[in-house]
Amino acid sequence: MATQDTFEGKNTSSLSDESAFQKGSARVTYRRFKNKSAHALFLGATLIGVVILAILLYDIFQRGLPYLNSDFIQNFASRRPSQAGIQAALWGSIWVIAVTAPLTFVIGVASAIYLEEYSQKGFLYRFIQLSIGNLAGVPSIVFGMLGLTIFVRQLALGRSVLAGALTMTLLILPIVIVSAREAIASVPNALRHASLAMGATRWQTIRQVVLPYSLPGILTGTILALSRAIGETAPLIMVGAVTYVAFNPTSLMDEFTVLPIQIYNWMGQPKEEFQYLAAAGIIVLLAILLSMNAIAIYLRNKFQR
Amino acid sequence: MKHHAISVQDLNLYYGDKHALKDIKIDIEEKSVTALIGPSGCGKSTFLRTLNRMNDLISGVKISGVINVHDQNIYDNEVEVEMLRKQIGMVFQAPNPFPKSIYDNVAYGPRIHGMRNKNELDQIVEKSLRGAALWDEVKDRLKDRATGLSGGQQQRLCIARALAVEPEILLMDEPTSALDPISTAKIEELVQELKQNYTIVIVTHNMQQAARISDKTAFFLNGDLIEYNDTDTLFSNPEDQKTEDYITGRFG
Ligand SMILES: Nc1ncnc2c1ncn2[C@@H]1O[C@H](COP(=O)(O)OP(=O)(O)OP(=O)(O)O)[C@@H](O)[C@H]1O
Ligand SMILES: [Mg+2]
Repeated sequence: MATQDTFEGKNTSSLSDESAFQKGSARVTYRRFKNKSAHALFLGATLIGVVILAILLYDIFQRGLPYLNSDFIQNFASRRPSQAGIQAALWGSIWVIAVTAPLTFVIGVASAIYLEEYSQKGFLYRFIQLSIGNLAGVPSIVFGMLGLTIFVRQLALGRSVLAGALTMTLLILPIVIVSAREAIASVPNALRHASLAMGATRWQTIRQVVLPYSLPGILTGTILALSRAIGETAPLIMVGAVTYVAFNPTSLMDEFTVLPIQIYNWMGQPKEEFQYLAAAGIIVLLAILLSMNAIAIYLRNKFQR
Repeated sequence: MKHHAISVQDLNLYYGDKHALKDIKIDIEEKSVTALIGPSGCGKSTFLRTLNRMNDLISGVKISGVINVHDQNIYDNEVEVEMLRKQIGMVFQAPNPFPKSIYDNVAYGPRIHGMRNKNELDQIVEKSLRGAALWDEVKDRLKDRATGLSGGQQQRLCIARALAVEPEILLMDEPTSALDPISTAKIEELVQELKQNYTIVIVTHNMQQAARISDKTAFFLNGDLIEYNDTDTLFSNPEDQKTEDYITGRFG
């Protein structure tokens, strides 16, 4: 009570002191100036990113949009720019993702369930957790070398869709495991206990309570990881995705190329027109990435509690 | 003379090095309400969790002694913990409905124990919700999310959910501590009705509550069971000085 009294006392005294509200007090002016500069500085920092992105998009769209038509989507690679298209690269990307997505989802979620629900939270748990965290930060080229050694050479899969997809799986698996673990760990223990206390087994509890609760988070993490895989170039170059492919893959053992590699290839061509094709390819790639992120955001909002 | 639903002998429990339950010996009567009271940290919840083996979930717990239910030691190796927990249900301190519909919450237990028949499930859901005095309030919105109910309704839903697996014994750990007085009164009333058919063990911090609803009361202190007697006797004429100190509010 005493503190409140003094507080009120101060308040009334400053109310009667009219000058406290008048502009021009030097200290206040200085503080307001600092506040305004900080505001401007942070706004500027934000604008740098936005402006660069805008320039980039403008440049790409301005160059690529005129070339973006159904012929471009349907044509195969060609030495003549007017006949070149992305069909093989588009299908190659689709094949790689179609194999990578179920593999990472199943292995990633299974590992996350084991780590969070079954394993003892002892030394081994912390060691595995740390290792997976570190793997998620390893440069993608390293996974390319791993894929080249294991899948292409040791397992003799050659420069196939399968070798590429398995390499991509290794690359994004740590990311999927980390995000799935976080989603599973966010399930309140009270819900697990409620289920177990009714006589459910661990697996029933996981199936009926833990997974439904954490699925949106797991899916979001998986989709974001896959969208990273779609944009990756380096590891696939290592495992021998080819730059000039004039056919769609028809089996897992076929040679293939993917969108980013096709774009990279066009950028390196001397003829200027190929640069425009590359820009058009980037627009397609961006459209795919943006729609995947949109799906992830949609899922998150739809299931948010 | 009533039968013993649970008979505990020489029960000791350690969390690592911490001796949390010391030589507990207690017989709990069938179809009655037994209240567990005592200051915070004395081991009430720990004791309650030994009765349906929920302590198994905590790593580093060591338990010795015998807990007989139907002349079977529930800590024997051949006991299936899932069947034990079906027989001994539990209601927690904070309401913890699943983020599913009201119907699916109540049907959860029967379903995990293998019931698929829609008609039977409908009947069990209605019977359990009536048993938990919630039916009239929710019968028109069984498909709604359970998390949209009020706290008191959620807790009665959790009781209905526990009843749906048709246990014999119901363990309740401070089921009203998160509720307002009206919801609390409803649940106390409910406990009185449930004891016609169920054996109830309830932890409470509220001594008026223990005196109102229980037939027998056990007073715990620092992991020891100090006194166990008819509720009327324990509150009006405690044998142990420590019990008297506690119930008269001199400590705890
Ligand atoms: N998981 C655990 N690990 C280690 N010690 C624990 C654990 N749970 C409880 N304890 C300890 O065991 C003792 C008994 O705890 P318990 O939760 O049974 O007390 P309680 O009587 O239910 O208290 P409250 O009235 O506050 O709920 C306490 O000293 C507590 O610190
Ligand atoms: Mg407790």
